[in-house]
Amino acid sequence: MVDAEQGDLKGLVWDRPHLLGLEPLSAEEITAVLDTAQSFKEVLAREIKKVPALRGRTVVNLFLEPSTRTRTSFELAAKRLSADVMSITAAASSIVKGETLRDTARNIEALQVDMLVIRHSAAGAPDYLARFLKASVINAGDGAHEHPTQGLLDLFTIRERRGAFAGLHVAIVGDILYSRVARSDIWGLTKLGARVTVCGPPTLIPPGIEELGVQVRFDLDEVVEEADVINVLRIQHERQNQMLFPSVAEYARFFGLTKARLRRAKPDVMIMHPGPINRGVELAAELADGPHSVILDQVTNGLAVRMAVMFLLNRARSGEDGGQSA
Amino acid sequence: MSRHAPASLWIRGGRVLDPESGRDEIGDVLIRGGLIAAAGAAPPAGTPALDAAGLVVAPGLIDMHVHLRDPGETGKESIATGTAAAAHGGFTSVVCMPNTIPVADHGGIIEYIRAEAARRGLVRVFPTGSITVGLAGERMTEIGDLKASGAVALTDDGHCVQNHELMRRALQYAKHFALPVLDHCQDYSLSAGGVMHEGYWSTVLGLRGMSPLAEELIVARNVLLAEACGGDLHVQHISTRGAVELVRQARTRGVRITAEVTPHHLMFTDADVKGYDTDFKMNPPLRSKADVEALLAGLADGTITVLASDHAPHHAHQKDVEFDLAPFGVVGLETAVPAYLDRLLHAGVMSLPALVAAMTLHPARLLRLPIGRLSPGAPGDVTILDPERDVVVDTASFVSCSRNSPFQGLRLKGDAVATIVAGNVVMNRIDPRRPIVPEPCR
Repeated sequence: MVDAEQGDLKGLVWDRPHLLGLEPLSAEEITAVLDTAQSFKEVLAREIKKVPALRGRTVVNLFLEPSTRTRTSFELAAKRLSADVMSITAAASSIVKGETLRDTARNIEALQVDMLVIRHSAAGAPDYLARFLKASVINAGDGAHEHPTQGLLDLFTIRERRGAFAGLHVAIVGDILYSRVARSDIWGLTKLGARVTVCGPPTLIPPGIEELGVQVRFDLDEVVEEADVINVLRIQHERQNQMLFPSVAEYARFFGLTKARLRRAKPDVMIMHPGPINRGVELAAELADGPHSVILDQVTNGLAVRMAVMFLLNRARSGEDGGQSA
Repeated sequence: MSRHAPASLWIRGGRVLDPESGRDEIGDVLIRGGLIAAAGAAPPAGTPALDAAGLVVAPGLIDMHVHLRDPGETGKESIATGTAAAAHGGFTSVVCMPNTIPVADHGGIIEYIRAEAARRGLVRVFPTGSITVGLAGERMTEIGDLKASGAVALTDDGHCVQNHELMRRALQYAKHFALPVLDHCQDYSLSAGGVMHEGYWSTVLGLRGMSPLAEELIVARNVLLAEACGGDLHVQHISTRGAVELVRQARTRGVRITAEVTPHHLMFTDADVKGYDTDFKMNPPLRSKADVEALLAGLADGTITVLASDHAPHHAHQKDVEFDLAPFGVVGLETAVPAYLDRLLHAGVMSLPALVAAMTLHPARLLRLPIGRLSPGAPGDVTILDPERDVVVDTASFVSCSRNSPFQGLRLKGDAVATIVAGNVVMNRIDPRRPIVPEPCR
């Protein structure tokens, strides 16, 4: 992380105290995160994978919804930045005793915490906390609203492979209705100039999604032929009970990415998935592990992206030179 | 049903508007012994006078959709504080909803509300009873008992009777007791889990949407039931373009169906939910711009005949949570008159006489009440309006116990300046030396 330590990242456009979503960010701000993440990815390739950027800072992960990947990634990212970090899960929080989110968050803040990473099933919960907390709030996924660090790591992974977004056709396949990943991806990709198609059963396409600048398609075979990147979303089994599709088998047949379907794709197509995968449902097992898959790269990049986000938020809060980056 | 003894008052020199007689002229209104006196009658010596020059003298305004939270949730509002808020907002009568704790599903609760209103009510209170026991949608209440105890209408407001046969039977039965049925129109299977209008903004915000179809399906059902059963059916807080069109077509056919609107559904859209401010969360939810335009058109052509508020007080701490977890509802008694004058009169949607009729005569006729008119012998209730008065909404000035208002900070044109119940001046902005003393909240 030589660059950041020497202050070469000072020219980056970023002065936000919170990361609530990709919707409010400009293309320049998104690029600033991706560039910073690039530096941190280099750190992660070193023998000593740790920098002192957040030394003396305290990060709390408040995860009120189940998560392994994202929570581990945030925890490790904070540790790689030398922050003190702890995680609280729903079962271990006072929320189960009926405490309100405001009280829980303010009690955590009273312990002189600098950053609060929040995962919550209610859309807007991070926006709500950011209205009154002095600590930085990082949205680690809120309902069907946004999952900005997932969006950023998806962008990072695409940029790493393809260099640029202009002219790139990205297809997002599956449960768009309930997917916060889809929303963050759509905001980020469209801001950076990619062409975005969403594809899934009509019942899982939310109203007005076209107004976000995406094309809506229902025939996955056609979409697979045209796409440079296919981002396959996890399908939740419980959606069957909400009358959104008849069965997992039927979903897999018409909207799952199979080997047969992939034969129509461009030879260098990228397959992405935010995890956890339902193998054989939305994505064939062979494809998840195959040469087109960048799924584990996404996970690795997630660490670099989350380090970048924490670094930039801390820098914005501390002022250009007042942080721990020197 | 208010605490006031009959009084006399001579209101002089205002523009007198009486929707029943069509009277619209500069003149006087005399209230003698709590009742409207004949036009031109001379006031007895010593009758107190109120100068209304330059102002509009209307029958006392009626808000036929109010949650007073009494009994059971008197920390949010009570009959004392809610009627003070009504007086402050220019209303002389409120119709209160039965979703209290316990539910107003039997005569005892209706009698309590009337007795409490007679002790502490600053304005008149007309209770409604529920259609079904405990608002559970399963068993009809003792409708005759509710009527005998003084209920003026039936409603499961906040809930909606999903069972069509039960609704049909309730309509038939209520007709015999001459009670109108007011319905919160919402099909649960179409709205389950929803917290806002389903559309572009629910997609962007990731909040569960409620389809307009949830309202429209039940409005369509109600049109058919009203047509078949012949009772008086009233659509509460109508909010969608499709619902307005269904009511318009039904009324054109001669079906006895009416509809009311709320100020917030005219002033805001689903785009205002951006920011997740729970003071913009209510049921039915804020709709799209096209829906708002349809509501305005429905008011302009007489499809929607009643202006109400759906005053729904909640504790600040209950609203200070994640959007999904907040209760539905916003207060409205102290902002409805400025909102309607601004949005309807000044925007050219309705004339002043039409607007006054929708807040007086129309709800009074619907509920078969003698209020809402200035004819001789009618109750001496008057609201004096200043359509040109500038208002900046400040929830800190509310006398309601609750502050959950989306109107905070809005600049509006027009307000009520005096509220008169049975000849008693209960709110007076013409003479600010006599302000309302807020009732203490419990």
